[in-house]
Amino acid sequence: MALTHRSTNLLKPLSAAVPFTSSLRRLFSTDDATAITVETSVPFTGHKCDPPPRTIDTTPKELMTFFRDMATMRRMEIAADSLYKAKLIRGFCHLYDGQEAVAVGMEAAITKKDCIITAYRDHCIFLGRGGTLVEAFAELMGRRDGCSRGKGGSMHFYKKESGFYGGHGIVGAQVPLGIGLAFAQKYSKEEHVAFALYGDGAANQGQLFEALNMAALWDLPAILVCENNHYGMGTAEWRAAKSPAYYKRGDYVPGLKVDGMDAFAVKQACKFAKEHALKNGPIILEMDTYRYHGHSMSDPGSTYRTRDEISGVRQERDPLERIRKLILSHDIATEKELKDIEKEIRKEVDEAIAQAKESPMPDSSELFTNVYVKGFGVQSPLLTYQLCHRAKGNRAGELSSQELDNLMTIVANYRQFKIPDWFLNRKKDYKKR
Amino acid sequence: MERDARVCVIGEDVGHYGGSYKVTKDLANKYGDLRVLDTPIAENSFTGMAIGAAMTGLRPIIEGMNMGFLLLAFNQISNNCGMLHYTSGGQFTIPVVIRGPGGVGRQLGAEHSQRLESYFQSIPGIQMVACSTPYNAKGLMKAAIRSENPVILFEHVLLYNLKERIPDEEYVLNLEEAEMVRPGEHITILTYSRMRYHVMQAAKTLVNKGYDPEVIDIRSLKPFDLHTIGNSVKKTHRVLIVEECMRTGGIGASLTTAINENFHDYLDAPVVCLSSQDVPTPYAGTLEEWTVVQPTQIVTAVEQLCH
Repeated sequence: MALTHRSTNLLKPLSAAVPFTSSLRRLFSTDDATAITVETSVPFTGHKCDPPPRTIDTTPKELMTFFRDMATMRRMEIAADSLYKAKLIRGFCHLYDGQEAVAVGMEAAITKKDCIITAYRDHCIFLGRGGTLVEAFAELMGRRDGCSRGKGGSMHFYKKESGFYGGHGIVGAQVPLGIGLAFAQKYSKEEHVAFALYGDGAANQGQLFEALNMAALWDLPAILVCENNHYGMGTAEWRAAKSPAYYKRGDYVPGLKVDGMDAFAVKQACKFAKEHALKNGPIILEMDTYRYHGHSMSDPGSTYRTRDEISGVRQERDPLERIRKLILSHDIATEKELKDIEKEIRKEVDEAIAQAKESPMPDSSELFTNVYVKGFGVQSPLLTYQLCHRAKGNRAGELSSQELDNLMTIVANYRQFKIPDWFLNRKKDYKKR
Repeated sequence: MERDARVCVIGEDVGHYGGSYKVTKDLANKYGDLRVLDTPIAENSFTGMAIGAAMTGLRPIIEGMNMGFLLLAFNQISNNCGMLHYTSGGQFTIPVVIRGPGGVGRQLGAEHSQRLESYFQSIPGIQMVACSTPYNAKGLMKAAIRSENPVILFEHVLLYNLKERIPDEEYVLNLEEAEMVRPGEHITILTYSRMRYHVMQAAKTLVNKGYDPEVIDIRSLKPFDLHTIGNSVKKTHRVLIVEECMRTGGIGASLTTAINENFHDYLDAPVVCLSSQDVPTPYAGTLEEWTVVQPTQIVTAVEQLCH
């Protein structure tokens, strides 16, 4: 049977962290000074580069932040699963649980001025970039307070001010966009980088190689990150790729293979990659990770892999458990304290969902907003709403009485405001012959 | 490019070569290799790259060496260029200009004689304009660069050699406005790009025969300038559309519907649309001539309509 080809290399055992002997307790959430040394689960493998060391320094504060952030992401995705089954989330919903270490480790290594762009499995990256739970749930449920005003959905989360460029539905199309982000960074001579995330399925897209070629040609500060969860929807990597060594696919572009279930390995790799990209141009990071859910909510995820495999990975390599073990072994918090944090997070998530449910559906006028900037080209009387509140950035349906007066003035004297006759579609203006 | 440091050009052979039709000649010498970027032959990804750069605030001008090659970038143009402003709830604007020569040339063969305006017209979020004279080319290009929306500017392979006296100073034309080429009373002829010249040639013959055609170069292919067109229809009550697009699903098809929907009461006759034949453009000169609308066909159509 085909599944027997899968060797158990997905279940690489966690190696223990380097034991720490000092006695530190209780001040976990604010302790930024005590250095703890951890070791990544496996050493890095490099392609045309010298991999970074596998020992990393961290602090109790960072460990607790990792725990909290990953637990929040995990809780959010599980809650999204329930919401989808309750038909509050419709369409496509691609969940990230299992892969949280990539989002959290990456954020720890970079700033908000660096850009991240990813595909449709974007909920947790959005959170990592500073998106709020309410914005996320509201967008998933198509409500007005969603990060894209309810008009994007699960696959189109964006946060411009934190350098999160989405959120894209077409496999692989985000990679040239990511190269464009790097191009803009080089153009404006800022010392920032762009991370373009894609999956093992997208790794076989031609546009990736086109983009890599250009990035290497012009030394763009681009970091291509392959989140290899070993399945492109239902197709295992060995059935789709002649060479599943994605970190080597760059040929002349250096690459690094990273254990994507280990947040510290991810952090170290991203730090290394950022330094490299700013000096030498593009680099590929392959994150060896795993998703517990199927490809999307329409996929049970068990027809092309065994339940044993899924539970095996969860047992051996779960990113959250890894951090929990580290925290416990360093006496930074007790098991009860961690459980309390998880309870708190659960409450937070539930509250966010309740708040998101309160948010109304977008107003019908929103159908026509944001098609064009400044509303041109939309043949509808609703144009005047946009013309009226364009300067203030209001959403339709939120006009004050003064603004409503302004609007009525515009409608009454539209020619003065340079609105052509046909925009207002007023039949009485056409004289009957 | 001088006015705004964010404006840059991206395309094949735009830099050192000066552009395959010399549109970007000498710009690389003046502005450097990064601002006038010679790309490898990878339309899909360099279009995507330009769109990604536009998301951060740059204003790239993407050149398709021939418009037809941009079919390879259709996904980027449709999904990322046209739709990102909407799907991000207004967070990102994509102020790109996508330009290049299209249309039927002189025996360039089927794949190099494509008219892409019909394929792109359904994409929400983009604007399309077609220039036809040196004067409107300069004005429309400036307007397109300054526009916050993505604009596709259709140039024509055979119109690059036109010479005209145009003002040295800055002028910006309105992207959504049509151009009145020749006012008249008997019939409204709507056209754009190269067919404008065929129409004007036919107009000479028509005037000698006693007709008074009103010729409008619609320029704005998306959205249509229904204000100018409507006023004309109200005056003449007859419409002839002359385009170089294919018959099926072309600009003329959309324009016919728009006129029928909006100005039905004013028409004395059905809207007639002359388009290119629904065939791949043949190589042989005589066959190629029969694919596109010729002035004699325009004259015949007007005579039939006005009878």
